[in-house]
This record gives sequence, structure tokens and C-alpha cells, in this order.
Amino acid sequence: MSVVKTITSSQERKRGWSISLAPDLLPVEVPPPFDVPPLSVEVLQKMYHVMLLIRRVEEYLLDAASEGRIGGAMHTAIGMEANAVGAAFATRPDDYVTCTYRGHHHAIARGLDPGQVIAEVLGKASGCARGKGGSMHMVDPEHGLMGTNGVVAAQVPHAAGMALAARMRGEDRIALTFFGDGAIYQGVMHETFNIAAKWKLPVIFYMENNKYSEMTPIWRTSAIEDLYTFPKVYGIESIRINGNDVEIVHAAVSWAAERARSGEGPTFIEAITYRLAGHMAGDLETYRTPEEREHQRQADPLLVLRQKLLDRNVTEEALARIEEAVAQDLARAVEFAETSPWPDIAEAYTDVFHL
Amino acid sequence: MVQMRKTTYLQALNEALREEMRRDERVFIMGEDVAYYGGLFRVTRNLLEEFGPQRVMDTPISEQAFIGMALGAAAVGMRPVVEIMYMDFTLVAADQIFNQIGKYAYMTGGRVYLPLVIRGQQGGGKNYGSQHSQSLDSLYAHFPGLRVVAPATPYDAKGLLKAAIRDDNPVVFLEHKMLYFTTGEVPPPDVDYTVPIGLAEVKRPGRDLTLVTYSYCLLEALAAAEELAEKYGIDVEVVDLRTVNPMDTETIWASVARTGRLLAVHESYANCGVGAEIVARAYEEVPHLLKAPARRLGMPPVPIPVSRPLEQEILPWKRHIMATVLEMMHERVAYA
Repeated sequence: MSVVKTITSSQERKRGWSISLAPDLLPVEVPPPFDVPPLSVEVLQKMYHVMLLIRRVEEYLLDAASEGRIGGAMHTAIGMEANAVGAAFATRPDDYVTCTYRGHHHAIARGLDPGQVIAEVLGKASGCARGKGGSMHMVDPEHGLMGTNGVVAAQVPHAAGMALAARMRGEDRIALTFFGDGAIYQGVMHETFNIAAKWKLPVIFYMENNKYSEMTPIWRTSAIEDLYTFPKVYGIESIRINGNDVEIVHAAVSWAAERARSGEGPTFIEAITYRLAGHMAGDLETYRTPEEREHQRQADPLLVLRQKLLDRNVTEEALARIEEAVAQDLARAVEFAETSPWPDIAEAYTDVFHL
Repeated sequence: MVQMRKTTYLQALNEALREEMRRDERVFIMGEDVAYYGGLFRVTRNLLEEFGPQRVMDTPISEQAFIGMALGAAAVGMRPVVEIMYMDFTLVAADQIFNQIGKYAYMTGGRVYLPLVIRGQQGGGKNYGSQHSQSLDSLYAHFPGLRVVAPATPYDAKGLLKAAIRDDNPVVFLEHKMLYFTTGEVPPPDVDYTVPIGLAEVKRPGRDLTLVTYSYCLLEALAAAEELAEKYGIDVEVVDLRTVNPMDTETIWASVARTGRLLAVHESYANCGVGAEIVARAYEEVPHLLKAPARRLGMPPVPIPVSRPLEQEILPWKRHIMATVLEMMHERVAYA
């Protein structure tokens, strides 16, 4: 018998941690200082397409990792797709993005071809980093994705530096950096908050709070429940939103981007979301009950968006067409990646320096 | 022939920064006390006045953040030069330097590269103690992806700093606190020149032994060589490595081919250090050139003490260099 008691959602709430997406779906919001205008059904359908594609790509990758066809760490963002897609649709292709090792969703949302994503994870020559980076190091400068990162919070100052560069050149580009709840206690995060605030850098700090810092619930290690309050100390505008509603994410990032472009400085967004899969392939998930996960599945951002589309008179047939198109996209991407060659052996020695 | 003039190492660095900032508006400076104060050692003095606070920026004491920001700015086309007050403090930002900056080009398959310079002073001799006197060249040379430069003369300092700023890769540029007020011949400011990264130079020709060194130890080595010649008739050839990584072994081996003996000297720790690397490569690549066992001289494995006699005891400077050379040349000394 296990000596470790599993803490249930209700026990968690008793400890004063009330943040939850389900079943009540939305007790998480601080009244937003921006409007959430409804997006057109055309845009929402495009978002649904991208979100579903991300889900299917990651399910494929998770299966491949579980079957041992992919080595290394496999972190998926299953359940967190609305954050990436809402943010990508609210920013420009020439804006800069950095994010964590949980970054497939951001790469695809920015516009990186899913075939190149899968090829990179497989270590193929056709991958976005020619197979040298892998799952944790997606890159696509043409779409502003300057790198996903293997070290928690390391990518945060990178975005601030990109924002600084944009401002020095007199451009109205902004930088957007994604990280998890677990990143909040890395010192570099606070160092960057201070500089970004002091220099009023056009940067958006976007926390995907999926409630688990890897395999430990954030409430076990955090002295503070309301993580979005930290940046306020540095004078940074900071909000908490429902990260599973793509329309809310889109509105929040649009608002923050407008602030950044107009010289009002950085914004911090704590988006409450939920990782429906484990931290990585092979995660024993002893830190939560299957009941908790199933409970949170009610707030799956794909279900939320699908229902939203049905409510706005998009037909089941139209949604089925999107779902069929996604299946085809996935099949093409998998075919592309699996049939791509390995890199030339000489590639092991190149790109250490730019020559 | 360019008319040379005498200037300090400090002034040479200041001129390099000024000229590169005038030449290329992508170059900017960040660091602690660099703008209004002009740098703790005054390397960046008067740059704020010419280039303004947009290009010469005082940061808070947050090495991780501003080194990470230099990465970000370089990744999107700027050419940041970061000053670290004491190179010891770069260890606070070890993740950004080793895990991020050194690997970024490779991890992205060459799609992002980083033209940036991390510069600052290191080394002992001024009684600053264990956390302000270390030499980290061996540590930086151990990792892939970082060029490591450690000039000893004002001419090389200016030429290599300009080359480092123009390089498309991360360069760790190591100055030495004992060098700032040393003087040497440097072309006037209107003469643009660079010293190529990765090229060593024979600073004193000699017949008996090749002494490879860099940074402040060069001055100690040259002084030792003069005394060895005067007192013992031992003629030491002194090779200034100038760049630690990549290492110009071609110049070293050419010298060893003339002398048959090799001694590597540096102020970073001898254990697993650059000297060990040079000696190992000599045995791997040119063992036939060695008439006697090759040796290295570096810092012993102790933290650096403040007390003047204790610090002087462990610094691998002239006294230790002479003793080591005399041991290596014992046959000649015995018969002399």
C-alpha cells in the first residue's frame, strides 16, 4: 500500500487553492481590463483547425515516444492549445516568440509546418533545426519563433533582449515569452521583470499555469497562490485569464500587444490552463487522480471552442470537414517526417559556430 | 608605415569600443556601472556622452538577465557587448553562457547565431581574494561554441576587441586587472586594424625552450625570459597564444620544432587547464619534436588568498616560471 496519499481536487481547494477550470469552468478570472469581443466564426474555425492539428500532432508524438520510436524527453501541451493559438492569432508574424521545452503547440501555432516539427522531433534532416535540436528546441525565425528552450525560465530574458533590439531599431515589433507556473521561482524571471519594467520594454510575459511544475502541484512548493501578483511588485500590468478559452486568450494578448506597441511597457498574463497529458511521455502521474484529470477534461479547450462554434450556428458537418482536413494534414506531416532522411553524419560537427 | 603612439591597455579597449560603435550602429553596451560611471575600471568612460543612454546602458546587478538579454538582442541582429565587472560573476549566469549562448547556433541547426561579446577583467595580483581574482579561461575553453580571447598588449587588446565585435559568434573577451595601466605601441585612432581571432604570435624569439602563455602571464614570462638569458644564458622563445579557443597549435608546434622543449603557463588552475590541453596535444600530435618532457604551470588547486605574501606564493608568475624553466633545463644549468 502506498504511503503517499493522493490529494484530490476538493482537498486541494480546502487548502485555499481555489483555482480550477472545471466543473464550474470559470472561477479564475480577475475582471479583465479589456473587452472580449466575439471573433468571427471564420477566424474561430481557423483556430479550431490549428488547435486540433496541434492536438493530433502531439498525440502522434506521445504514441511514438511511448512505443519507444522517439528517444529523449517528450513534453506535450495537450489541453493547453488555446494559449498558443489565441496568442499567435493576436500577434504579427514578425513579432518575436520564445518559449519552454513544452513548445510544439507554439511552433505550430506560429506557422511552422507540422511536418518539420515531427521531423525535428525524430531527428531528421528536414526538421526545423536539421535534427539537432529535437522536441525541446523548435525554431522558426521566419515566423518569429526564435527558440524553445530546455531550461526553465532561460528563454525569458531572451525575449526581453529581442524587445530591446526592436525598440533600439525603432520598430514596433514586440516579444512574447511563454513559460509555466514552475518558472516563477527562477531568479532570472524576477531579474527580467525588473529590467523590462524599468526600461518599459515591449514584451509580454505569458504564464501557462497548468497547475503542475513538472510532477509537483504548484501548491506544494509555492508560498503564494496568486502567481500573477508577483510582477505587480515591479510595476508590471498583470492579469489572470482563462487560458482554455481561445477568445479570451486572443483578447488578452491583443490588449497586451497594443500596450507594448504603444510604449506602455510589459504585461504579465497568468493563463489558467490544464495539462491533460503527463509532464512527459512515461509520466506515472502519481500526483493526481484519474478522476481529477477526467473532471478537468470538461474544460478541454477543444471542447470549449467546438461548443462555441456550434452555439454560433456552425454545423456539425462544417466541423467534421475541419476534422477531416486535420486528419489529412497530420497524415501528410507524418509521411513527410517519417520518409525524410537522417542528417548527413558530417552535420554532427557543423553549426557550432556561424562561419 | 603607420606612425605608432604609446597608449594604455585601458585606452586601447576604450578606443576599440568607440570606433566599433561609430562604425556599426548595431553595437551597444550593457553592464553594471558602464554608462554614467564609465565602468569600474573606466573601460567604457565617455561612451555615454557620445552614444547616449540608448546604446550605453547601466543594468541592475542581474547577470543572468542582461547576459540572457544580450543573447536575445544578438539573435535578432544586434551586436551587444556586455561588460562583467569581475569575470568571477559570470558564474552567476553560467546557464545563460554555457547552456544557452554556447549552444544556440548548434541547437537551432544554424538558423540563429549570436554575434555578441562578454568582456571583463579577471586575474590576481591586487589582493581581491577568492571571488574577485579567478582566471576562468580554462573553464570557458572547455565548452564548445565560445571563442575565448585573452590579449596581453594594448595593440592586441584593441585589435582583438574589434575583431570580437565583428565576429558573428559569441566571444568571451578576457582582460586582466594587472594589464589596464600597462602601455604599448598602438596605431592612432583613425587607423582601422584588427587582430585575427585564433592566431598566436611569437613575442620573443629564442632557441632553447618554447614558453606558451597569454594574458598578463605574458609580461611575467617576458621578464623571466630576460633574466634567464642574463643569468643563465637560457634563450626562451615566448609564444603569446592571444586566443585560447580556437587554439593556434600551428604556431606553437613551429616554435617547438625550433626549441624541442615546451612549457605552457597560465593563471587559471593547472588542473584540467589550458596548459594540460597544450601538453596533451603536443604528445598526441608532435611527440617527435620534444627533446624533454613538456610541462605546464598554472595556479595550484586552492582558492586565491588575500594576504599579499600568500597570493604572491601561488600566482604562477616570474619566480615560478624561472624555477620551472631551470628544472626543465637542468642539464644546461648544471654544466653552465
